[in-house]
Amino acid sequence: MSFSSIREMLQASQTARQPLYEVILESDLAESGLTRAESEAEMHRLWSVMRATSDGYCGADRSMSGFVGGDAAKVEQAAAQGTLYASGYFASVMAEALKTAECNACMKRIVAAPTAGSCGVLPAVLLPLWRTGAADEEVICRALYVAAGFGQVVASRATLAGAEGGCQAEVGAASAMAAAALVDLKGGTAEQCAEAFAMALTNLEGLVCDPVAGLVEIPCVKRNVIGAMNAVSAADMALAGVVGHIPADEVIDAMAEVGNAMSKDLRETGIGGLAGTPTGCKIAEIVTMSADTEEED
Amino acid sequence: MRLFDVLGPVMTGPSSSHTAGAVRIGSTARRLLGEQPAQAEILLYGSFAATGRGHGTDRALVAGLLGMQPDDDRIPNSFALAKASGLHYKIGSINLRSAHPNTAVLRLVGVSGRKLEVIGASIGGGRINICQIDGITTNFGGDHNTLIVHNQDTPGHVAAVSECLSAHGVNIATMQLYRSTAGGYAVMVLECDEPIPEEIAGELRSQPGIVKVTILNL
Repeated sequence: MSFSSIREMLQASQTARQPLYEVILESDLAESGLTRAESEAEMHRLWSVMRATSDGYCGADRSMSGFVGGDAAKVEQAAAQGTLYASGYFASVMAEALKTAECNACMKRIVAAPTAGSCGVLPAVLLPLWRTGAADEEVICRALYVAAGFGQVVASRATLAGAEGGCQAEVGAASAMAAAALVDLKGGTAEQCAEAFAMALTNLEGLVCDPVAGLVEIPCVKRNVIGAMNAVSAADMALAGVVGHIPADEVIDAMAEVGNAMSKDLRETGIGGLAGTPTGCKIAEIVTMSADTEEED
Repeated sequence: MRLFDVLGPVMTGPSSSHTAGAVRIGSTARRLLGEQPAQAEILLYGSFAATGRGHGTDRALVAGLLGMQPDDDRIPNSFALAKASGLHYKIGSINLRSAHPNTAVLRLVGVSGRKLEVIGASIGGGRINICQIDGITTNFGGDHNTLIVHNQDTPGHVAAVSECLSAHGVNIATMQLYRSTAGGYAVMVLECDEPIPEEIAGELRSQPGIVKVTILNL
């Protein structure tokens, strides 16, 4: 059985004197019936797809609506010219988040992590470490188990669906999972992983799901950037010994409560928030009109 | 939720419900038809109709009809591939009463002239529900080994089917019965724990009153 609380997950790790990824992996083996070798092979496959998505990015690609594409290339170019505030790891995180999220909008193959709309967050924080040799595949796959274990608790106590909990449940959860993974990668303790997770989720609490024209484009693609950058800052705070004061499980419960309190207009219906702005409505009209006029076969 | 449902699946974007789920509705409909479709009328309802083009729902449904899975990177090119493989499709929208917001109606004609109408809904996270086959209500997701039997609504068919499964050592997980009218046309949907042996189809088809047998193994 997967864990129903972060507290329980940390205790299991402590009792068994095993690292977090190990207790998460083992609890899934018991539930899924997979062998350890099968599970590890699947995790390596997911990581190879994350890499392939980024490698296959093309700045000239555009989404079906035409509103997404080319942004990662712009950031990469500007970063290379040294005209941005961010450089090094941070500039790469931004570019990678855009790359994967743009690829998703352009109908490329991605790993839902935890969802398609938030698929850019985990690769964004991990790929730059791998590309610079700061982390190898083994360490990254272990960190992905840690991310998944925290995500399972969110799924069990709250939700990972924007239609139920808003964007905080998708990009917020992805960000918190990524924060825990980053702390684990850097050799932080299980408690620090939980602190980073809690702070990352706290900082995106209340984020609504208000996709323009109902598409996974505006603002979803750029929300992957804030999810990734937020993960890095939460991980760094936790590694520095900063604590969030509200325990991770209570933060998840608060996220669920806030999600339930959100108007339906702000939960993936494409009605409220940015979707309901005059420009958002105009874009929706353009997208719908082009659907009506397209002739098939 | 299992670990590889939280991380994963690998899928072609942009949306698990509007793209990955749509592929699965298409591919399940193709398997229900039992042959390559030659003609397809695809009607979209609700959010599928409103945002389907931007999510590639139309391309995803056609990709599924061509037999593709949700992680196939040819999904964006499915319209061209359909033309190349002789699948004539038409895409439109439809108004349905009390249907799930992400619903598609597929009216198919196979290469041998076999006809089928399927109504499928994408219910989140790439999971689907086949809500209707040839006008008869159903309720299954295609995520179990599934046996679907169309028969005349006369006594003995349920017993015959369950006996046949038991003789082959197949355990029934869930079982649903639907019919148009008493004594009319009936559909049985059995989700099973084990893969369903292909010879069951032949054994059942030879029985009077059984019109059609479809096996969907994982």
